[in-house]
Amino acid sequence: MIYRENGQFKTTYAADQQIFTIAQDKVFVLGVIAFAFIGIPLLADEYMFRAILIPFLILSLAALGVNLLVGYCGQITLGAGAFMAIGAYAAYNFMIRIDGMPLIFGLLLGGLASAGMGILFGIPSLRVRGLYLAVATLAAQFFCDWAFLRLGWFTNYSSSGSVSISNLSVFGWGIDSPLEKYLFCLCFIVVFAFVAKNLTRASIGRQWMAIRDMDVAAEVIGIRPMWAKLSAFAVSSFFVGVAGALWGFVHLGSWEPAAFSVDRSFQLLFMVIIGGMGSILGSFFGAAFIVVLPIFLNQVLPALGHLFGIEISTAGISHAELIIFGSLIVFFLIVEPHGLARLWSIAKEKLRLWPFPH
Amino acid sequence: MGFFVETLIGGLMAGMLYSLVALGFVLIFKASGVFNFAQGAMVLFAALAMARFSEWANIALGGDNLFLANVIAFFAAGVVMFIAAWAIERLVLRNLVNQEGATLLMATLGIAYVLEGIGQTIFGSEVYPINVGMPKDPVIMFESLFEGGIMINKEDFIAALIAAILVAVLTIFFQKTPVGRALRAVADDHQAAQSIGIPLNRTWVIVWFVAGLVALVAGIIWGSKLGVQFSLATVAMRALPVVILGGLTSVPGAIVGGLIIGVGEKLSEVYLGPYVGGGIEIWFAYMLALVFLLFRPQGLFGEKIIDRV
Amino acid sequence: MSRKIGDVILDLQNISLRFGGVNALTDISFDVREHEVRAIIGPNGAGKSSMLNVINGVYHPQDGKIMYRGKERKKMEPHMAASTGIARTFQNIALFKGMSVLDNIMTGRNLKIKSNLLLQALWLGPAQKEEIEHRKKVEEIIDFLEIQHIRKTPVGRLPYGLQKRVDLGRALAMEPQILLLDEPMAGMNVEEKQDMCRFILDVNDQFGTTIVLIEHDMGVVMDISDRVVVLDYGKKIGDGVPDEVRASPEVIKAYLGAGH
Repeated sequence: MIYRENGQFKTTYAADQQIFTIAQDKVFVLGVIAFAFIGIPLLADEYMFRAILIPFLILSLAALGVNLLVGYCGQITLGAGAFMAIGAYAAYNFMIRIDGMPLIFGLLLGGLASAGMGILFGIPSLRVRGLYLAVATLAAQFFCDWAFLRLGWFTNYSSSGSVSISNLSVFGWGIDSPLEKYLFCLCFIVVFAFVAKNLTRASIGRQWMAIRDMDVAAEVIGIRPMWAKLSAFAVSSFFVGVAGALWGFVHLGSWEPAAFSVDRSFQLLFMVIIGGMGSILGSFFGAAFIVVLPIFLNQVLPALGHLFGIEISTAGISHAELIIFGSLIVFFLIVEPHGLARLWSIAKEKLRLWPFPH
Repeated sequence: MGFFVETLIGGLMAGMLYSLVALGFVLIFKASGVFNFAQGAMVLFAALAMARFSEWANIALGGDNLFLANVIAFFAAGVVMFIAAWAIERLVLRNLVNQEGATLLMATLGIAYVLEGIGQTIFGSEVYPINVGMPKDPVIMFESLFEGGIMINKEDFIAALIAAILVAVLTIFFQKTPVGRALRAVADDHQAAQSIGIPLNRTWVIVWFVAGLVALVAGIIWGSKLGVQFSLATVAMRALPVVILGGLTSVPGAIVGGLIIGVGEKLSEVYLGPYVGGGIEIWFAYMLALVFLLFRPQGLFGEKIIDRV
Repeated sequence: MSRKIGDVILDLQNISLRFGGVNALTDISFDVREHEVRAIIGPNGAGKSSMLNVINGVYHPQDGKIMYRGKERKKMEPHMAASTGIARTFQNIALFKGMSVLDNIMTGRNLKIKSNLLLQALWLGPAQKEEIEHRKKVEEIIDFLEIQHIRKTPVGRLPYGLQKRVDLGRALAMEPQILLLDEPMAGMNVEEKQDMCRFILDVNDQFGTTIVLIEHDMGVVMDISDRVVVLDYGKKIGDGVPDEVRASPEVIKAYLGAGH
């Protein structure tokens, strides 16, 4: 089937407002989802699940949340890691302190707690923007780093400072094997991606983008900046918080505050920049890129060094990683501020015209 | 009482160092509107260069003239910082003219990563000492005023002196020299400055170089105190609240803000910390800055921002 | 003309606005009647844009009273002014440049969209129905302004004249009672100006929208407006129907300079 929209006429506004207005897109995305649910479980091995697929899914969710705030609402944040931490620790406390708390509720409550804190730390955005706001979000980061390390209540006075959760199960279905963990995360990410897409094509998404593009004009046409900004903070923090809870519960199993440090915040921001600001798809691209790149470098660099007779140490690889990451950030900001997602849509545009580009 | 004053002075000394890093922030923000997250990486980079050049020069000189080795190392590190400034202008800033503040900020995060990576690849990633002959012994002062006197590190004292001199020199440089005037003009309006013949690109190289030198001085002081190691890069995080407090465009603001944050951190840690489990230094500074942001977004000495429609 | 000019809808009394030590507006009073086209003219820096900013709540005057529909309006933020039916366009186009024409105009419907966040998140029935209803309204505006062919184009890619039209469309989507237009024809060529004049008069005619307009092109102002206020250095120097204003010696002095 050629990628073409010829002959697909929309006769109602409902049809024109669908997520995928071109039938091939719809088929493609449904195909990808089906493959993720059926194909990958058949193909991937345990290492793939543990090292790549599960982190990729969870970080995609977090990046999606950050993208809603940074890419759609234009409010920069350097504290996303803190909201992952809030989600993880809140969910942990809901699980251990309330008997019989179902796992999914626990995770969502973690997200809600994170959303609440998101609103609180989003208040400065009503007064300041850009650089100043970045600093305000760092305040959240450092405060949470400290609180989860020093305030014993959050960790249930665990002596080692790390908390752990085991025996995850949903409706009696135990989530133990990497495959089950993968499928569990996949369900979350599919639902959340759908929600994100809906929000961004609805009134609330337009309000966010209006605030991003021209806040004074947005206010003049009747958008309340407070509502628009704080709702973006809340929704974003909810996504990030759920991702944090999944990261702790499903990926790590037991964790310390260092798992959600400021480096994590930067990492999430980088995913959004590289993947594409203001793009749902971009969040996935960004997460995939940042999860896979270190693994790729770990494999390729020593081999490459070997070729030229140089021994590259582990430290050397991690330094090279820093340099490559940094350069890529700058590269994308200069050359393609809309990230990988834009490259993807350019490719699609080309494909639509192919093979008659003129 | 003596203990309180000692804490206060300790805070002031720490604050002086924050001020130095904050100064780098302010310089760059004034001249190019870039909120330079890489300032901490620059401090690390400069300090690494200084430590290793000094080590190598010392070996080359046969190990008997540490002073000369340090002088050589200082100039070599200066050259390295110049190259870094030139490369940053050439590869990054030039391509991001007229972009939004947030974009530039994220670009400097990228620069920070690159600097950290390159610095550690070239100069190594262990803990290196810097020995510029700073006296380490403490002195007891004001014995007549307080019981037992007040203990001050000579090292801190000299560091504060150096910082003060640096600020004075920079102020003169900005106010009195033609280059300084050009920098201020560029800061006010890029395009207007360009239209009267001030070369934008060269000005940026200069200002990033000056910020690099400030980073070098901060790195030397810090490094000789605690050794040069990766954690130096996080010093930028400590200095951020300072610039918020002082105002992004104000040199005196950086100084006063640094002192306030330094003192605030120490006092809160000593008097408040024990009640909540300690370690509150970092976030206390941020909370202080945050509260400040809410009531006076432009900082202590910053210029008020007026929106126009 | 068929339309009928009604009672005073907006009454500005002794408005003064200062920025620090600068007097932007000094003791200005004038009124706007329902359904009329009211122009504000004056040289550069006369305070015309500041006047509009006062009306829709971006600036808060230090002195003076604003009566809207017979009631005194207390301190008001722009979004509240919007919810009372005041819309505006901007001198330097202030469109949302990352969004399509359609989405830009849809933002104008924002105040009228009622479904909550959860409904929107799940795209449930009511949210979708609402979305379609407003889409219909927006399509009417798109038809009215003759911009059907660019509805899905990001506004950043449009030429200046079309952007001005989208700006007007976004304001119209609010179904305003008072429409403030800040130099809607600046930088346009003759054909574009004619189009824009036609749109403005049509809006006024068909929807009965009251229009307050800033414009430099005297020909246009004298042609389409019912009454004109003249500002100079933040003070009112003339007020009346176009012919009166044209004849006023003070206005001539302000425009041509004292020597003439």
